[in-house]
Amino acid sequence: MTTASSADHPTRRDFLFVATGAAAAVGGAAALWPFISQMNPDASTIAAGAPIEVDLSPVAEGQDIKVFWRGKPIYISHRTKKQIDEARAVPVASLPDPQSDEARVKSGHDQWLVVIGICTHLGCIPIAHEGNYDGFFCPCHGSQYDSSGRIRQGPAPANLAVPPYTFVSDTKIQIG
Amino acid sequence: MSGPSDYQPSNPALQWIERRLPIMGLVHSSFVVYPTPRNLNYWWTFGAILSFMLGMQILTGVILAMHYTPHADLAFKSVELLVRDVNYGWLLRNMHACGASMFFFAVYVHMLRGLYYGSYKEPREVLWILGVIIYLLMMATGFMGYVLPWGQMSFWGATVITNLFSAIPYVGESIVTLLWGGYSVGNPTLNRFFSLHYLLPFLIAGVVVLHVWALHVAGQNNPDGVEPKTEKDTVPFTPHATIKDGFGVACFLLLYAWFIFYMPNYLGDADNYIPANPGVTPPHIVPEWYYLPFYAILRSIPNKLAGVIGMFSAIIILCFLPWLDSARTRSSKYRPLAKQFFWIFVAVCILLGYLGAQPPEGIYVIAGRVLTVCYFAYFLIVLPLLSRIEKPRPVPNSISEAILAKSGKAVASIAVALVAAGALFLGSLQDARAEEGGTKPPGNSWSFAGPFGKYDRGALQRGLKVYKEVCSNCHGLSLIAFRNLGDPGGPGYSTAQVAAFASDYKIKDGPNDQGEMFERPGRAADYFPSPFPNEQAARAANGGAAPPDLSLITKARSYGRGFPMFLIDFFSQYQEQGPDYVAAVLQGFEDKVPEGVTIPEGSYYNKYFPGHAIKMPKPLSDGQVTFDDGSPTTVAQYAKDVTTFLMWTAEPHMEARKRLGFQVFIFLIIFAFLMYFTKKKVWADSH
Ligand code: FES
Repeated sequence: MTTASSADHPTRRDFLFVATGAAAAVGGAAALWPFISQMNPDASTIAAGAPIEVDLSPVAEGQDIKVFWRGKPIYISHRTKKQIDEARAVPVASLPDPQSDEARVKSGHDQWLVVIGICTHLGCIPIAHEGNYDGFFCPCHGSQYDSSGRIRQGPAPANLAVPPYTFVSDTKIQIG
Repeated sequence: MSGPSDYQPSNPALQWIERRLPIMGLVHSSFVVYPTPRNLNYWWTFGAILSFMLGMQILTGVILAMHYTPHADLAFKSVELLVRDVNYGWLLRNMHACGASMFFFAVYVHMLRGLYYGSYKEPREVLWILGVIIYLLMMATGFMGYVLPWGQMSFWGATVITNLFSAIPYVGESIVTLLWGGYSVGNPTLNRFFSLHYLLPFLIAGVVVLHVWALHVAGQNNPDGVEPKTEKDTVPFTPHATIKDGFGVACFLLLYAWFIFYMPNYLGDADNYIPANPGVTPPHIVPEWYYLPFYAILRSIPNKLAGVIGMFSAIIILCFLPWLDSARTRSSKYRPLAKQFFWIFVAVCILLGYLGAQPPEGIYVIAGRVLTVCYFAYFLIVLPLLSRIEKPRPVPNSISEAILAKSGKAVASIAVALVAAGALFLGSLQDARAEEGGTKPPGNSWSFAGPFGKYDRGALQRGLKVYKEVCSNCHGLSLIAFRNLGDPGGPGYSTAQVAAFASDYKIKDGPNDQGEMFERPGRAADYFPSPFPNEQAARAANGGAAPPDLSLITKARSYGRGFPMFLIDFFSQYQEQGPDYVAAVLQGFEDKVPEGVTIPEGSYYNKYFPGHAIKMPKPLSDGQVTFDDGSPTTVAQYAKDVTTFLMWTAEPHMEARKRLGFQVFIFLIIFAFLMYFTKKKVWADSH
């Protein structure tokens, strides 16, 4: 082992060892970064995740469509009057994840519900127009969402997420 | 790895583990207290360097495999896209590709060191043979790895090397079919090579463990070749050998980093930037530099089977070395004749490597035969004879005695020899690239040359304009997306400018809900559309020669730089492969065909094109493209700008690469100095 001959400048020697060790540690840590960073989405994946436009005109009342954005299914439902009324009738405070229906749609376009169709429990895709709440039903572990995509029953902890989107015109939205 | 250890950790939890699995004791006895001869020189650090490189290759390889697609139609593109799109993809790819060369460089030093100091002699025969097995596995791994990018050299290298097995009588053809998984090299071949290329490094790691085990049983050899006798002859592995190896690795990293950041394409073959084409063989099939000596032996023997046997025996013969050389004295330091023949042997190997890269004709064939005979004579005649007739100088009684009488001459001479060897190898590569029949392109002053080179933004933008208005009528740019035009280190357009540029293009998309394909305006994420729907159409419209895609053209074309330019290029980083050539071909058209040159119908005379007959008509003429920035609208300006642009399309991350390279160098130099002084301190009491 190090035969520490304390006679010759013990402090200078220690400083050298510490400096070398520190340089090795810093260099090693910095060298790790590229190996971790490469796991993130690459430039083409990011570019492919750019906003998309969806034409709503073919979707009749009571129908819904599923589009993909960034590999995620997005449900766009053209809700009926009944569905909207149901969603607005429930007292918000009684919900597991309290949120008003108005806060989940764009005002003036209240008939359109746009949600990410991924169950907030463990990521399965809920089925539209199923379950007890006129909304979505997740077959994996039985979570039920209402016509506003809010969790009402089952193991999921949160409402279906609303993706960022805007109305470009009355019949066209841009997601992303 | 030397028997049960009496190592006792002080921590009770560690004690608990140690009693059940004495792993810390194993590490402690193998890498901490393990006695290492105190007279080892720096050639002994190559063992640690090799371990480091193996780790590096496995690490970067596993990561590259996360982004690579082993399919004949997708492999080439997936490699190019991972370099372009994945975060630090260019770095990881360069590390892996240059790492292979560095690995072989280190293994050759390591082997020659063993040869010089007699490290294969009793009791280290098994250790040596394990080393030869590692080397064989490395060659197989390296070969299969080179196939994976699926460029022209990949494909034809795979064809040539697998065809070696067809030399085996009776069953050869069936073996080759078995290797290919088809009737020619194709997708099944690529798939299995990928699988094996992933597997073999772990086999290597396994044999390395055996190699180290055998080493620790027999103990390390040393420059004087006398076994340690007393405590005074050795020092503990840690910190002495650890720190010295660490310093060796740090120095090696400097060389490695130079290739990674500054000269990543220097050792590669330009042809491998052309996607594999089963219909066209490149004019010179040259393996990677580390196989060249054996390739030369293969070609020197005029009989197919004998050539293959000769090539494999050149490696297998190493296994018999411990018995071919039966001299009692280990180290060539004390064997005056063996020492001279050793250097002659090194020269023979280097010359064989040089010949391996030359065209197999004329004087090269004869020289190759002579050297092949020399190669085998060294093992079969010289060494057995020397061990009988040579009178060695007296060997010191002990290592401590040798240290007192130490001289450093050998180190200097080996260093000189290594530099000469490197130069020759590099030279031979360059010669292999030389293409006949073309005049040497004139040099240019490129803004991207040198360690701080940057692309000239104006030139990139003008070059893009030239490409768009002229080249794009026939040539694709399929690896470039519109979004790249806004990337840092590129032409420097804003997001809005990129979107506007992209929307000028019509992109085929679909199918839509009716199942039909449709056209829509381009988006930033789209790639430059190619002018022809497929290669056949491109061929048909252009007199039988499909215009090549330009994304990689400046790296896919090259020419011999000649001595001494290829050496200067290595340090000055003048250009990476062929920008000079591309710029020259664009300006090399002449209406008057010189005397003695006949140009076939439908071809044009070009001064710089190999063979002079090019199918592309003169593409550029003065005033054809207008520039907003007042640059001259001349062919010379167009050629230079479009070449700069195409250099960027081939190396889009060059600026980031050189910037990071500079930072890495600053760090490595400081670190190497720190390691050096630490090493001196640690060893201060031991010399
Ligand atoms: S994933 Fe939907 S309920 Fe579990």
